[in-house]
Amino acid sequence: MTGQAKAGRPFKLFRNLNSKIASIPMILTAMVIFLGGTIWTVVYSFTNSKLLPRLNFVGIEQYQRLWAAPRWVVSIENLAIYGILSLIFSLVIGFMLAALMDQKIRFENTFRTIFLYPFALSFIVTGLVWQWILNPEFGVQAVVRSLGWTSFSFDPLYTSEIVIYGVLIAALWQGTGLVMCLMLAGLRGIDEDIWKAARVDGIPMWRTYLFVIIPMMRPVFITTLVIIASGIVKVYDLVVAQTSGGPGISSEVPAKYVYDYMFQAQNLGQGFAASTMMLVTVAIIIIPWAYLEFGGGRKRG
Amino acid sequence: MALKAVNGGDTPFEKKSVSGPSGPKPRPVVSARNIIVYGTLFVAAVYYLIPLYVMVVTSLKGMPEIRLGNIFAPPMEITFEPWVKAWATACTGLNCDGLSRGFWNSVRITVPSVIVSIAIASVNGYALANWRFKGSEFFFAVLIIGAFIPYQVMIYPIVIILREIGIYGSLTGLVIVHSIFGMPILTLLFRNYFVSLPEELFKAARVDGAGFWQIFLKIMLPMSLPIFVVAMILQVTGIWNDFLFGVVFTRPDTYPMTVQLNNIVNSVQGVKEYNVNMAATILTGLVPLVVYFVSGRLFVRGIAAGAVKG
Repeated sequence: MTGQAKAGRPFKLFRNLNSKIASIPMILTAMVIFLGGTIWTVVYSFTNSKLLPRLNFVGIEQYQRLWAAPRWVVSIENLAIYGILSLIFSLVIGFMLAALMDQKIRFENTFRTIFLYPFALSFIVTGLVWQWILNPEFGVQAVVRSLGWTSFSFDPLYTSEIVIYGVLIAALWQGTGLVMCLMLAGLRGIDEDIWKAARVDGIPMWRTYLFVIIPMMRPVFITTLVIIASGIVKVYDLVVAQTSGGPGISSEVPAKYVYDYMFQAQNLGQGFAASTMMLVTVAIIIIPWAYLEFGGGRKRG
Repeated sequence: MALKAVNGGDTPFEKKSVSGPSGPKPRPVVSARNIIVYGTLFVAAVYYLIPLYVMVVTSLKGMPEIRLGNIFAPPMEITFEPWVKAWATACTGLNCDGLSRGFWNSVRITVPSVIVSIAIASVNGYALANWRFKGSEFFFAVLIIGAFIPYQVMIYPIVIILREIGIYGSLTGLVIVHSIFGMPILTLLFRNYFVSLPEELFKAARVDGAGFWQIFLKIMLPMSLPIFVVAMILQVTGIWNDFLFGVVFTRPDTYPMTVQLNNIVNSVQGVKEYNVNMAATILTGLVPLVVYFVSGRLFVRGIAAGAVKG
């Protein structure tokens, strides 16, 4: 479309003017907020800004302090445990539910509605509900005890060692429905003939899934993975609602660290350094994916 | 069971009814396979439903009953008191007018944010799909990559910008923020949709002398109802459920519902009123749940489309 007007226009800038005007919000967002904001934060993470951002460079001091802070180290450990487990569990559970749903079952819509409705709820709502269910005085623990097993103990949100697993339970409840949905879409996209061929060859069902279907669903798996992973790094609301980071500092996460230092402790430099580390984490996840998807000469057929 | 005898065909006068097998092989209703499939799905369904059940049940109990019984027991005496209190009189920090204030704030945030973000993104997606200019793909790429950057990295610069403009803490500021962060996924959605429309339509309109806006309003818009619905569902649920931006970019009297809810439930002082808390939780979740149940299939398609391509 741009080619036809090539010849003899004095001002290149005015070609497709309406389109350019329409794109101004996008260009501003991309360049000022996304690119500019990120650079700004990274630059200021090397300063000793306290209450107000100030360009007083101190090198990597903020990062040294960050990694010396027990709270940050706990946050990173929590994020690692929570991240790895929620990746594994949501992929496995999501895929298994999808495989079951794909068996031409009755009431498919009902089941799908039930599995997916938590996704419509916010993390705050999710966190508060599970805080209530896991409440040791009234929740699961109390119920099992009242049945006669008086020594039964299940209070993840009140025990520092396992609190992050309590958060994980809620996160899986909220998120697996979406994974199931994506996987189901992927399964539906696979040719019926493949199943027939596998059946004719006498390959058992689980082997067909493992060695034929899953490799064929690679793109779906990758997108799901990226969606889950970028959600994991951002996890914030859920922890705030469920535990507020407690008991003590045992369920802190990086996103909460950033918020607390920027807006409550008024130690902006620390907040910027921590958020830059989050950015690095995401880059580590995204770059290999982007390379696989868009770079490397496109090996996929 | 009677069929088996027929198939067996021992008795001569029953032979007539057997006219050879036809149609697909009948599957028995009760088989090991079905028991496993439905059994697992049923157990999973119970797990997903329990929190909803607990919320509803708890919100209908009085406090004495909560202290006595377990959370799974149905209420002996149904009371709507907690709902009234959660809506109208529960205290959130300074003021004690319940969630109602937050609800209206959320409405005043969500409605303009959804309209503005979809308006911008649809025009933008259209420009990207049909009126490419030099650099447009580059800006688009930056936008999409930006979607993966943690919000925490960009929050403070935005605080500064909003403060400079003088709208920090106001609902207008939050609307702008939601429009900005909704842009990548929505633009992608619209761009992909407009690219998939037949190009001949666009070309024919151009030959007839229609311009940028004319083609958009008269040809593209009428054809894009499905994608608008999908975008609307994504945005309504996403913006209504937002917590981080609400807490960063608003002040206590402009807090959205999610922030208020968290303050009601996690306030430290006083006796915890679990029934009020759960009523408040349901009230907050109600809008996205209604959107979800009403739009059902579209919601599913919206998530799948928005996500698989994102």
